[in-house]
Amino acid sequence: MQHTATALIELGAVFFGLGVLGRLAWRIGLSPIPLYLLGGLAFGQGGLVPLTGIEPFTELASEIGVVLLLLLLGLEYSASELVTGLRRSWTAGLIDAVLNAAPGALVALLLGWGPTAALVLAGVTYISSSGIIAKVLADLGRLGNRETPVVLSVLVFEDLAMAVYLPILTALLAGVGIMGGLGTVGISVLVISLVLVLALRYGRYVSAVVDSPDPEVFLLRLLGAALLVAGVAARLQVSAAVGAFLLGIAISGSTATNASRILSPLRDLFAAVFFVVFGLNTDPSAIPPVLPFALLLVVMTTTTKFLTGWVAAARQGIRRMGRARAGAALIARGEFSIVIAGLAVGSGAVPGQLAALSTTYVLLMAVIGPVAARVVEPVAHRVVNTVAGSRS
Amino acid sequence: MERKSPKIEGVDVTVTPLPGLGTQQEFTTGSGRRIGVITHRDGRIELIVSDAQDPDKICAATELTGEETSTLANLLGAPQLVGKLTEQQREVTGVTTWQLPLVPGSPYDGRTLGETEMRTRTSVSIVAVIRDGSVHPSPRPDFVFAGEDLVVMVGTAEGLRAASEILENG
Repeated sequence: MQHTATALIELGAVFFGLGVLGRLAWRIGLSPIPLYLLGGLAFGQGGLVPLTGIEPFTELASEIGVVLLLLLLGLEYSASELVTGLRRSWTAGLIDAVLNAAPGALVALLLGWGPTAALVLAGVTYISSSGIIAKVLADLGRLGNRETPVVLSVLVFEDLAMAVYLPILTALLAGVGIMGGLGTVGISVLVISLVLVLALRYGRYVSAVVDSPDPEVFLLRLLGAALLVAGVAARLQVSAAVGAFLLGIAISGSTATNASRILSPLRDLFAAVFFVVFGLNTDPSAIPPVLPFALLLVVMTTTTKFLTGWVAAARQGIRRMGRARAGAALIARGEFSIVIAGLAVGSGAVPGQLAALSTTYVLLMAVIGPVAARVVEPVAHRVVNTVAGSRS
Repeated sequence: MERKSPKIEGVDVTVTPLPGLGTQQEFTTGSGRRIGVITHRDGRIELIVSDAQDPDKICAATELTGEETSTLANLLGAPQLVGKLTEQQREVTGVTTWQLPLVPGSPYDGRTLGETEMRTRTSVSIVAVIRDGSVHPSPRPDFVFAGEDLVVMVGTAEGLRAASEILENG
């Protein structure tokens, strides 16, 4: 009884603290993710106030957080949007993948962490945070801007890339080796195509399994289906995250829209726990040694994302200021970088310092992204004026 | 970015999907600014107008409720109605269409159309009244005027001048 009371008090304090941090973050126009991570660092091993007794709950809750993050990522775009996105933006998507995965891979190899860690860090630096970006674009009133569809289509491509990347990563983390890895590439591409065809042709049947006019029943069925699929996927060594993601893609139409609405608060809750737990499991004393590399990655990948947005917007005939806005908007990294790092660290196949490096990197990028999106216009104006001034 | 361009009365409307958010429909005005509507997935409607300097950028965006949308449509549609009436009357020499405001405090503010005896006194016909952005076509004699109504009338120039005098001073 005494134990339950302590656990409730600790959990309550953690959630309340996160709530205060989250409010503070959005007030100043930032994503709460870095603050959640900092919260985790403060509570964890070697932190200020070590929490004890709630680990069984927080560990499971953080797993559910990953499942919900990926399920909602899958729900975010309809199958037809994914297919159109792939057809229209594959060049920009490929530029994005090459430019932004390379710095992560290079730094991991530089640190001598091996090819698997290189693939992990490539994913961490590649994937933008669609959550932060969508929120920032809406807050800044940029949804109607001409560069916004370009930004969104890059995010759609990243979404699809995740569907191929995650199964491969899972296989490699499980120690399949390069040849086995190539096999999984084939299998995952096949599975993704199958799920897309299924969603396009028979999406309503998949949707019908979970759909219900009653919100309570709908929520239970959705959550049940997500955890079932995730659990079975984990049993089959495909990772829970991938299972949830594919289920998200397969659910379509109005069911998908309703599902995102109904699951968003739940996702926010469990994802917050996930970020805190990731922070908890990161040893703060491991951060200083990797800090220079984190800063190096920040500089490199801020530049490469900016270039990606610039080039993608230029290809659509958008003017310079719009290209700059598109570039700055894409910079933010967040939830999915942590998901990738979390999968890797959890498997034990990569050095523990990778957690410290990823935490530091995402802490910085989740702050820099929204700030960059905000200041890009005044800065660009000043640059243009200086250039014009020096010419005259 | 699939862009379809259905033509509405000679204006190219561009439809752009915003993956994960909704759809954007817009057109470019003669002066080079984009005007459009974003329909969010959850049904919210947003009106957007592009910046004069940077056409890629939006300088104004505002969310509209269903009622506000139809009011705006009526406000914009009303002059069209007058325009069409003018077009129809052009055939008949000497007859024109005027759109006159009924100022609050006018003698007919709160009185019926019949009481103006407009047709008898000036041979002018009141063909429509525009109130709060919605059009009331062919108002009957028991139609009650209110301040800020726009009264659409058809008649001779002379008759219309007399009619405006009546609406203002009784």
